[in-house]
Amino acid sequence: MSTATPLSLDTARAPGEPDAHRRLRALLEQGLPLTPRPWQALAEQAGMAEEEVMACVRRWQADGMIKRLGLVVRHRRLGIQANAMVVWDVPDERVALVGRRLARETAVTLCYRRPRRLPDWPYNLFCMIHGARRERVLGELAAIVERLDLGELEHRVLFSTHAYRQCGGRYVREGAA
Amino acid sequence: MHCQAPKNQARDLDTLDRRLIDSYQRGLPVCTRPFHTVAERLGTSEAEVIARLECLQARGVLSRVGPVFDHARAGASLLAAVAVPEAERDAFAELINAAPGVNHNYAREHDYNLWFVMTAPDEPELEARLETLESRLGLPILRLPMLEGFHIDLSFPIPWAELERT
Repeated sequence: MSTATPLSLDTARAPGEPDAHRRLRALLEQGLPLTPRPWQALAEQAGMAEEEVMACVRRWQADGMIKRLGLVVRHRRLGIQANAMVVWDVPDERVALVGRRLARETAVTLCYRRPRRLPDWPYNLFCMIHGARRERVLGELAAIVERLDLGELEHRVLFSTHAYRQCGGRYVREGAA
Repeated sequence: MHCQAPKNQARDLDTLDRRLIDSYQRGLPVCTRPFHTVAERLGTSEAEVIARLECLQARGVLSRVGPVFDHARAGASLLAAVAVPEAERDAFAELINAAPGVNHNYAREHDYNLWFVMTAPDEPELEARLETLESRLGLPILRLPMLEGFHIDLSFPIPWAELERT
């Protein structure tokens, strides 16, 4: 986790984006300084005004670049040890519908459509289910299959057995998927 | 509260720690003194909130306090998998961790037993990184880019009561 690679080297350059904004994004990826005025502290490092930093963050929130802002929890440290990636082979014409329904389940933390890679990999829908224990996750999955009537869809449950690196959404370094 | 790092820390977190985690995995206010606002809402002081966050971070319960960016928009990334001999899995995982841009790397129960996220500033660099890593590993990498996201919220309600029992 937490390699100290300078994130700014790797932070994507949006076309026309001012350098200061890119520096700000790289700083933000490392987290807010825990001081009474974190935006002011970031502003000083990025060479911006506090008001401008807050405006940037609000704009990135509004346009979806920032998905959420808050405490990024390492679930394993809390004892949430079971992490299942459930993969499904869903007929193409149904995949968006099934994806949207799975995503509404509270136990499902992520749900993505990805390409099949035949013949090795026939699965085109991925979701994550976390829980304190494996039996609990399998119980949640069984309930979802029942509720959404997904019994006839081919699926596999890939529990993680070891985290070699757990990084919550940065580009170079440490997270939780 | 002591700043140490045992394995399952849920039991050691008191009500204020839990309320912070439950209330602020999202929605940290963007205002001049955000921790002051948080403190007012939780009925405590700004200094206490900052101290708690520092401690949770020092203990590794939090990786950070800040934004979660949308990978797809902040750069190029994809989910990748490799099938490596199980007996040599640790060594292969180290090679993967050593590659630039890798930010999750998990062993999973499947023939494709190592799963990681590869990131890069742009698509050509992403492919270049994957090709370099493929030649280091001597194995093909399954490339599974996101085509459509149905759920982009990484926050997740913590089942405190259940964790107490484990």
